[in-house]
Amino acid sequence: MSWTLVLALAAGAYLFKVLGVVIIGDRTLPPVLDRCLALIPAALIASIIVKDTFSTGQHLGIDARVAGVGAAVFAAWRKAPMIVIIVVGAGVTAALRAL
Amino acid sequence: MSVLSTLRDPRLRPVVSAGVTLGLSVGLFAVSFGVAAVAAGASTAQACAMSLLVFTGASQFSAVSVIAGGGSVGSALSGSLLLAARNGVYGLAMSSRLQGRLATRLIAAQLTIDESTAMSAAQDDPDAQRVAFWVTGVSLYVFWNLGTLIGALAGSAIDPKTFGLDAAVPAAFVAMLWPQLRTLRGRLAALLGAGICLVTIPFVPIGLPVLAAALAILVGVPMGDPALDAVHDGVTT
Repeated sequence: MSWTLVLALAAGAYLFKVLGVVIIGDRTLPPVLDRCLALIPAALIASIIVKDTFSTGQHLGIDARVAGVGAAVFAAWRKAPMIVIIVVGAGVTAALRAL
Repeated sequence: MSVLSTLRDPRLRPVVSAGVTLGLSVGLFAVSFGVAAVAAGASTAQACAMSLLVFTGASQFSAVSVIAGGGSVGSALSGSLLLAARNGVYGLAMSSRLQGRLATRLIAAQLTIDESTAMSAAQDDPDAQRVAFWVTGVSLYVFWNLGTLIGALAGSAIDPKTFGLDAAVPAAFVAMLWPQLRTLRGRLAALLGAGICLVTIPFVPIGLPVLAAALAILVGVPMGDPALDAVHDGVTT
């Protein structure tokens, strides 16, 4: 990993935070923009889950990770705390690989 | 009211302890970030610098995930920054509760993330909202960085695949996704984003499918019916 990435990400992430708290302040955004921005986490996080579960580089496939992430989804559905969800995901994947 | 006397106010004790407890559990989560970052080729210093300076979990995990998959710095950066943009929206919501000197507001900005905003928004009176923001923010900052350091040190000593740690990142994202699925609009955006990503993976350069998935936020355009934005608490974590 490069320091360029670390520092550029740090600068960009802080800029967004300052933009909200300090610069824009109490002004409101148009409702349509507000609704779309609120959906960024849902859209991006779902796509990262799919990528990290089913792909290796540009290849799609099914391996132990699918079972692990499936178990994590089950844990999330059962309202398990975040750390339990992570441990279940990694644990099931590791157990399948060890078989 | 000074910060210290506010902290001692018995009515605020539950808020303070909730903030510290949340920090502790997020610290454990940070351990998995430290491990994942080192597995993706970051040095311990880089993993720690990321947590100290970036301090927003989803963006950090996303950068690590793209780099681990062989993506470019540009695609890692753009995906992470898109995720970081929501902190700007939180800042808009928080700014009226965080009045004060510019220096205070600049520090508050760094602490404006999912958890501090949510804890603050859950309180009724302005004092409790302010205390919840600061206690949660500072507690998370301390534990997030401590956890990252521990994870990065442990991560360089083990083989991540043996322990299924490559699945820890998507599992962490599953935990982060869940609260986003409370509304029908959120579920549609997640489904569409996942679909776009899956379909484009074999055909476009690594890192781009996640950016293409951002098109799914257009689900937010139609004004539509209130059912789209109704919150179903059955889905919350």
